[in-house]
Amino acid sequence: MSDIDMVDGNLALKEIQKLEGHTDRVWSLAWNPTAGAGGLPPMLASCSGDKTARIWQQGPSGSWDCAAVLEDTHNRTVRSCAWSPCGKLLATGSFDATTAIWQKSGGDFECIATLEGHENEVKGVAWNPSGSLLATCSRDKSVWIWEMQPGNEFECVAVLQGHTQDVKLVQWHPHLDVLVSVSYDNSIKVWIEDGDLDDWSCVQTLGESSSGHSSTVWALSFNPAGDRMVTCSDDLTMKIWDTSSNPSQFSGDGIGSWFHLCTLSGYHDRTVFSVNWSRDGIIATGAADDSICLFHETKDYLVDGGSYKLILKKNKAHDMDVNSVQWNPKEPEILASASDDGSIKLWRLTQVP
Amino acid sequence: MPRELINANPVVHGKKERRFRDESLNTDEYAEEPIDQQEIFDHVRDIKDPEHPYSLEELNVVSEDSIEVDDKLNHVRVTFTPTVEHCSMATIIGLCLRVKLMRSLPSRYKIDIRLAPGSHATEAAVNKQLNDKERVAAALENPNLAEVVAECLAPTFV
Repeated sequence: MSDIDMVDGNLALKEIQKLEGHTDRVWSLAWNPTAGAGGLPPMLASCSGDKTARIWQQGPSGSWDCAAVLEDTHNRTVRSCAWSPCGKLLATGSFDATTAIWQKSGGDFECIATLEGHENEVKGVAWNPSGSLLATCSRDKSVWIWEMQPGNEFECVAVLQGHTQDVKLVQWHPHLDVLVSVSYDNSIKVWIEDGDLDDWSCVQTLGESSSGHSSTVWALSFNPAGDRMVTCSDDLTMKIWDTSSNPSQFSGDGIGSWFHLCTLSGYHDRTVFSVNWSRDGIIATGAADDSICLFHETKDYLVDGGSYKLILKKNKAHDMDVNSVQWNPKEPEILASASDDGSIKLWRLTQVP
Repeated sequence: MPRELINANPVVHGKKERRFRDESLNTDEYAEEPIDQQEIFDHVRDIKDPEHPYSLEELNVVSEDSIEVDDKLNHVRVTFTPTVEHCSMATIIGLCLRVKLMRSLPSRYKIDIRLAPGSHATEAAVNKQLNDKERVAAALENPNLAEVVAECLAPTFV
């Protein structure tokens, strides 16, 4: 459990460093899951409306610098980025309808594959836990699953149709090959592979009638155990879902499926764009009200299934909308945030005496 | 061949006289002047309609009263009324309003653009699209759409 005493509540989010270099809004961030251990310096990827992705690395002095600019591949906004679980490949999804796969060769990053097929803007990219599959989602309302083949080949193995509007983000369950997508159609969809048919299908849709969101769902994140999921929306709320049952064992009558636990509302005044659950159990949210909020589960079980309370709100975390918040997987007290103001900020969650 | 117009015969209204601030009332020339309704209106009144040689003001698409501003909270809301209920240009007009204000106002401002309640057949859908910044960003990267917006915002049209 967390080494931060939640009862005390005297927490502060201290700005460590502001990373500048992008010349347009920064949309998304991804921590390299393997860097920061075994002598490798911590590494963060960012992507932007300036059509590039950047790699940031912590130097020996502790200060962060831009180690590489990934350019001349995408000719429109780079909307999302994700590292493969081994930390060796970076996928970037762009409004140019393509997804690029980058690999470090020497000091540079080289584009080793370009995935084409979506009709228009790619909005989200995500690797499955083993790194064998990559999911992409688009304004064309579909989710594609790509299988990595030998020789840097990626083959599309499934095109998932079901959302009625553009799909904003995809994310895999931390341990299972279960994919979740969230959309402008206000719904959350859960997808699994049908073992016999090598076919993917939607096993559950969490919509407004399942206590879901009433406007665009922008993002989702699982807790490390994978038995809880949090989603955030244009309806200004965050929702916590019980995801403890395995979707491949859902019964036809809906028994055993995922369900709504609670709704966090009244914390953000404008669209909530990003949500991320830390290894220490802290949920961070970033919103168009320029603020970052942190939540933690309360130990007083007054509400069935637990409740979550605000432990910190950082107003004016950025000068403009906060588009992405991501906890460092290696150092769970370090948070990165990205904004329309073009900057990335690194924060440390500390206890104030 | 001339293309068919969405609204072939729009009602054209007169332009409101431009008011100027009475500087003599301003005793402290260094005092910070909050951005007000009139200033916002001046930014958007001359935007050209996508299909007519008239301004949004002349077509009564926007008026000074349709602008709400809270300078302290950095919030601006523009409520516009398309000339016809089925106007397929509503999204373009809304996009022009957003782009003009994004370029004219300090970046601290949060801008909401919406249709006047009851003024359009697909009001909720248009409002949702105009206030989804990702879709707005993608739309503005579309060369054809960007060109239409640029024409409507062209400074030669005053």
